[in-house]
Amino acid sequence: MKRHVVLATAVIFAAGAAFAETAPTEVTFEEGAVAQSLTGVPGNPEEGAKVAATRPLGNCVACHEISALSADFQGNVGPSLNGAADRWEEAQLRGIVIDAKHTFEGTVMPGMYKTGPFIRPGDAYTGKAAPADLPPILTAQQVEDVVAFLMTLKE
Amino acid sequence: MTLRFSRTTFAAMAALAIGFGPAIAEPVDDELVVNEELTITTKAAAAPHLDGHMSEVYSGWLFRTDETRAMQMDDFDNPMFIYVERGAEAWTTAEGTEGKACADCHGALEEGMKGVRAAMPKVNAAGALWSMEDYINDCRTNRMGAEALKWNSNEMKDMTSAISLQSRGMPVNVAIDGPAAEFWERGKEIYYTRFGQLEMSCASCHEENYGNNIRADHLSQGQTNGFPLYRLKDGAAVSIHQRFVGCVRDTRAETFAAGSQEFRELELYVASRGMGLDIEGVAVRP
Ligand code: HEC
Ligand code: HEC
Repeated sequence: MKRHVVLATAVIFAAGAAFAETAPTEVTFEEGAVAQSLTGVPGNPEEGAKVAATRPLGNCVACHEISALSADFQGNVGPSLNGAADRWEEAQLRGIVIDAKHTFEGTVMPGMYKTGPFIRPGDAYTGKAAPADLPPILTAQQVEDVVAFLMTLKE
Repeated sequence: MTLRFSRTTFAAMAALAIGFGPAIAEPVDDELVVNEELTITTKAAAAPHLDGHMSEVYSGWLFRTDETRAMQMDDFDNPMFIYVERGAEAWTTAEGTEGKACADCHGALEEGMKGVRAAMPKVNAAGALWSMEDYINDCRTNRMGAEALKWNSNEMKDMTSAISLQSRGMPVNVAIDGPAAEFWERGKEIYYTRFGQLEMSCASCHEENYGNNIRADHLSQGQTNGFPLYRLKDGAAVSIHQRFVGCVRDTRAETFAAGSQEFRELELYVASRGMGLDIEGVAVRP
């Protein structure tokens, strides 16, 4: 009985350690791509679709047309994301969402999982200075959700 | 396959591979004639200092819908004239301990203030770069014995609107050399600095993407020749610095304050990007 509990705890602990979230500062890019999941938990494409359409979150539709989403006023600062999964591997899409500047030099696309260094970082859209522990725009799991959603965009 | 594209290569590739590239939609082909008599230049060859950046400059008016453009073509439909009228009244009203009105020193608004807006901001006698608001407050505090007006107060917008109208149809004419040069250089640096958590500069939206849509907003070149202007969304007049605050805030950055040295320098640089365009002196925008 006692052995059992110890064993179970050990397993949970090991699982926790193996899938510890990758912090924004610890992400490693290879030619712009990020092979490893940030969380070890598979992304949920439906949640990802919400993140992509919501302004304080990813707000991908501000700049990209995504026909699978019903959000109005989809922008065209970036290319259409229809068929994105036909053009990119999952690891490449993860890299683009985390920080597209590793894939597209000088791009205007913001890094969604990045905590700096920034010039005059603000506290979201308040115009005030950012707190010292400025969180990334998306959480690690939201990044995985968006990547899972992008992987559904096939033509 | 290597993943590091330059932006132009990528755009070319995208155009080839999927049949479209980032579209640079043209501004509308229309002419701004106010009250059926005054033609205002809204499109011009870019000033030499914009070489390699832009070849033509466009007023924000050309990026607006038919309805919004129409509101600026007739002074009766332009909500800014409420501000202009109040400002013209304040011009002749004595205020402060000296018992003087603006008109006592400057004469009629139409003559005394002609061309003033077109040259703003400019370096004053003491070598500081001042916006129109600074000059107004200098007269109020030092010559009239009145209180300074807050930068974005209605009273200030009344006065800047009435004065700006006197330059309507005159080309933007800011000095960027001589004593202005150092301010202009710093303004240019601010313009191209990628601020905030979104790491975007003024150029990210207004040089690289004018004509494109960012969500519901049709991006213009972010010119200042129409200010102060009526923003339908706010139902109120907006000053140049107020607009800058909003744009910097939208990059998830800590903004500079209205009236700050940084924004006066930025104001000078942005004004210089509009050389060739005419002052619209009280425009209307969505
Ligand atoms: C402010 C604008 C902007 C926002 C917001 C933005 N992007 Fe982008 N994105 C771009 C631009 C511009 C490019 C093209 C790269 C370049 O040329 O700079 C791009 C490229 C991409 C690409 C590769 C294009 C392809 O399909 O071949 C993907 C995938 C992508 N973005 C996904 C996203 C996702 C997902 C989000 C939201 C979480 C997002 N973007 C938010 C501007 C943006
Ligand atoms: C995230 C995108 C973005 C950035 C970055 C940005 N702006 Fe804007 N700006 C807009 C939008 C959207 C509008 C309203 C539509 C338009 O006129 O482009 C606007 C409007 C303006 C206008 C009013 C133009 C008119 O005719 O009504 C000015 C002036 C301006 N911006 C200046 C700036 C300056 C200076 C900076 C840098 C400090 C800047 N903007 C950065 C998005 C941006």
